[in-house]
Amino acid sequence: MKLDINGVVRDIDAPPDMPLLWVIRDLAGLPGTKFGCGMAQCGACTVHLDGQPVRSCVLPVSAVGARKVTTIEGISSDGSHPVQRAWVEADVVQCGYCQSGQIMTAVALLEKRPDPTDADIDAGMSGIVCRCGTYNRVREAIHLASRLKRGNR
Amino acid sequence: MKRLVLPLCVAFSLPACGDNHPPAVSPVAPNAAGLAAFETVREVFQHPRCQNCHPAGDAPLQGDDSHVHAQNVLRGKDGHGNIGAECTTCHGPANPPSAFGAHVPPGNVKGWHMPTEDLKLVFVGLTPRALCEQIKDPARNGGKDMPALRTHLDDPLVVWGWAPGFGRAPVSVPRDRFLAAWETWAGAGAPCPGDATASR
Amino acid sequence: MNRPRDTQISRRGFMRGAGASLAGLVLSFYVPEQIARAAPVQPKALPPPNAFVRIAPDDTVTVVIAHSEMGQGIWTTLAMLIAEELECDWAKVRSEHAPAAAVYIGPAGGIQMTGGSSTTRGEFERYRQVGAAAKDMLLRAAAARWKVPANKLVVEKGVILNGKQKLRYGEVAEAAMKLPPPASVKLKEPQAWKLIGKPMRRLDSLDKITGKATFGIDVTLPDLRTAVILRPPAFGAKLVRFDGAAALKVPGVEKVVPAGDGVAVVAKHFWAAKLGRDALVAEWQKPEGGGVNSDVLLAEYRKKAQEPGTTVASVGDAAAALSSATTRFSSEYELPYLAHAPMEPLNCTVKIDGDRCEIWTGTQFQTVDQKAAATILGTTIDKVQIHTTFLGGGFGRRANPRSDFVAEAVTVAKAAGVPVKVVWTREDDIRGGYYRPAYVHRMQVATDAKGNPSAWDHVVVGQSILKGTPFEGFGVKDGIDNTSVEGLAESPYLERVSAKRVSLHTMKTPVTVLWWRSVGNTHTAFAIEGMIDELAHAAKRDPLEYRLALLDHSPRFAAALKLAAEKAGWEKPAPEGRARGLAVHESFGSIVAEVAEVSITEGRIKVHEVTCAVDCGSAVNPLGVEAQIQGSVVYGLTAALYGKLTLKDGQVQESNFHDYPPLRMFEMPKVSVHIIQSGAPMGGIGEPATAPIAPAVANAVFALTQKRLRSLPLRLA
Repeated sequence: MKLDINGVVRDIDAPPDMPLLWVIRDLAGLPGTKFGCGMAQCGACTVHLDGQPVRSCVLPVSAVGARKVTTIEGISSDGSHPVQRAWVEADVVQCGYCQSGQIMTAVALLEKRPDPTDADIDAGMSGIVCRCGTYNRVREAIHLASRLKRGNR
Repeated sequence: MKRLVLPLCVAFSLPACGDNHPPAVSPVAPNAAGLAAFETVREVFQHPRCQNCHPAGDAPLQGDDSHVHAQNVLRGKDGHGNIGAECTTCHGPANPPSAFGAHVPPGNVKGWHMPTEDLKLVFVGLTPRALCEQIKDPARNGGKDMPALRTHLDDPLVVWGWAPGFGRAPVSVPRDRFLAAWETWAGAGAPCPGDATASR
Repeated sequence: MNRPRDTQISRRGFMRGAGASLAGLVLSFYVPEQIARAAPVQPKALPPPNAFVRIAPDDTVTVVIAHSEMGQGIWTTLAMLIAEELECDWAKVRSEHAPAAAVYIGPAGGIQMTGGSSTTRGEFERYRQVGAAAKDMLLRAAAARWKVPANKLVVEKGVILNGKQKLRYGEVAEAAMKLPPPASVKLKEPQAWKLIGKPMRRLDSLDKITGKATFGIDVTLPDLRTAVILRPPAFGAKLVRFDGAAALKVPGVEKVVPAGDGVAVVAKHFWAAKLGRDALVAEWQKPEGGGVNSDVLLAEYRKKAQEPGTTVASVGDAAAALSSATTRFSSEYELPYLAHAPMEPLNCTVKIDGDRCEIWTGTQFQTVDQKAAATILGTTIDKVQIHTTFLGGGFGRRANPRSDFVAEAVTVAKAAGVPVKVVWTREDDIRGGYYRPAYVHRMQVATDAKGNPSAWDHVVVGQSILKGTPFEGFGVKDGIDNTSVEGLAESPYLERVSAKRVSLHTMKTPVTVLWWRSVGNTHTAFAIEGMIDELAHAAKRDPLEYRLALLDHSPRFAAALKLAAEKAGWEKPAPEGRARGLAVHESFGSIVAEVAEVSITEGRIKVHEVTCAVDCGSAVNPLGVEAQIQGSVVYGLTAALYGKLTLKDGQVQESNFHDYPPLRMFEMPKVSVHIIQSGAPMGGIGEPATAPIAPAVANAVFALTQKRLRSLPLRLA
């Protein structure tokens, strides 16, 4: 089957029921998307399908169809996306394992809610688990990214 | 036994159907049958598979104990969740294969969602009478009359209740029995139980 | 009290600090004998700079990190130490993990490891010495080039200046590397520090926000296979037989091999291996006696707590003082088994080539893992190469004296005859053993006229972490595992109590246990801070004032408490519907006071704000300290509100984040961190804020509801 990941259409030889996560990691060779729970509980596997965040660990690859998959590698490889810049400035990461999911979700949140309130962040980001406890700084970075995106800081 | 009883109920209730103004003294049998049928309808609506997406608050419920959905998931204005945590972020276009394990978010071809913020269509915690009246009230059910409500019962999200995926108990009343009860209830003029009926 | 205070019959005295520092550095000081022989440490010599820092022609400074980066920020902190003395351009500094080798064993000796909140304080001298030595060599190389005395040269951000002449570090690095290192170096005075003490952003951010950072689970090699293992379903269960035929029919599955106590399915990729494991047919022999039930176990612990155990420390006659006292209190505190649940499930990649073996994994325990692999392969540890990847969280789980996940992967790779990456599922992780042990504490306390404790009898019941491990010889003395009781005997609250006893019942169960962020302090702080709060309220005194009165001889504790209370607005009433509680505890050489502000929202405990004051002596990177305090609070709060494993017939009932829930964004309190640079010896920072949060929250819940919660997780009903 054909799969458009980060703008590159790839030929993927995968059983239709294989979760998108493992297709991305083990077949497409893009390890930035992480496995944390396998049941949509932690959000480490979050990718975008046509810009909308989905948990790739519970989505069979056959369900993707022609939709465009974007992974953390597709956000920017040099960290230049405003969300990534805000992440660096707020010194968010600790172990870093959940951060792909945090960033993918924050990017989607800010696309539709350019100036999110704390309640928007609580509602939009609570699916992404961080055991290191970076939540305070994730929140700070989302507000900062909002200002960066709007060219206002 | 039920198969024999149901057509009888329908037959009895038919005359009442065409009558917009229920007689002052209802014929005992059809109304009782209609009310009994509504109890079956109610049991379905207030089964966790159905009511979990029809809560009183803004958080959906989950599990057979109808506990508040984890992860601070909320209905959002349009019932599709909040940005970043839309229902379809986790609930895909179909129930995941059983190989994905238990407790994996179920899916639906229609796109998982809840009633909207201004038309909540609450099932949880309502008395049978309140539930009954709400179902029939076009102002609260999205402008549906009885035939439209019946059509809605074939909505994929409703049908999902009987095929909820691996490791999840379906609605306790079989679907054919539910539909028959619905017909009976509707045929009886969709009577609602009295106030005295205890809250479920 | 006519008994002289100092006639103690203690095996180990109530000496404050002794236990705490022991706990903190227990790992780095201890060398299991067989490992010590294999990995000699050169004492006192200056560290060889070339092993720790490289400078490229483009001036990039690569710092080699002898410890594991698991989120705690040492890639940045240790690099700061070298850069401080090296005077290089910080923008050009990079870090990388060291291989497993004797030279990277900590200066205190022992093993190459990361734990006990010991990295920064343990490496504070060595990494600065490396920077100073490297600078010396670079200056000498430049001096030789210019034919001037080295002491005439100055350095600015990696550029050596001789009047108007300039040489970049990158230009003389190769020549410098060939020079002999200096015999000694003089380190900068603190007043001259440019980096140490300044908030510095992390060096690993860019890799971690672009998906480029390599964790163990991301390792790829040519012909690498993935294995998923079927492990015993219950503690004590034994494999009778298995049938891999159905597994082998799963497309992508290549081999089914025995793996330790279980069976491994080796496949082309994870998903095939997982499906193959699901298809395995295995018969297990049930645990003897039916297996552990945590309810039964805790009931047994509670019963045991009624009698004193082995004496840990004793002063005066606590029993006599209690029996003659007029005001007495007795309370039991209880804590469950906990899993670490790091975000990255455990994994380990192994490639065996003859008598050599390469391992890629996120481990906290390089030397121990080397030894485990060497034993399995019948080779020596110098033939076992470990590539430490980033760790997607450690929290102690990746520092196992038994090397469980590494040993298992080596076994599988050996049996499969191909390079293998063993990947655990989350269910494997939650159910796969090595937990924070369950504990029961019983305290009987007598108070004087002011309500201050005058006699204290403290019984601890729980499992030893160290018994039966290679660390037993050091960590267990006279039957007392220090990690079972750390933070009690040395508690400043007990210092003036004239009759006191701490005793321990060490319980045996088939459940495997391990250190969990802040180790024994997780339970000792909950017990002692809860009891102190009970006494304060019983005396009808303000909990802060009560504590400060007991701590008037412990200025660091008092200062931390006062600062946290002041910043939390303790003097003002909490907002409507909320209340505050506090706790202070020392561990790993640092003192942390925390004030929690809570409410009950929809029947659940909601923590709104946590105000922390931390005295870690001195903070190398305040930005990192803040992150570690915030993180520790989250880790401890998750346990306080939700953390519990239930054992039934030897089987852990919880399995994933739906029934072992982590704290999430919407539950996250605002955590503010106030650092006290007291100048005391540097303490650790990765763990000490974990322990005070549970008692601070429980104490706040009491202030709000008058309900005393003595058992974790905190449940209102």
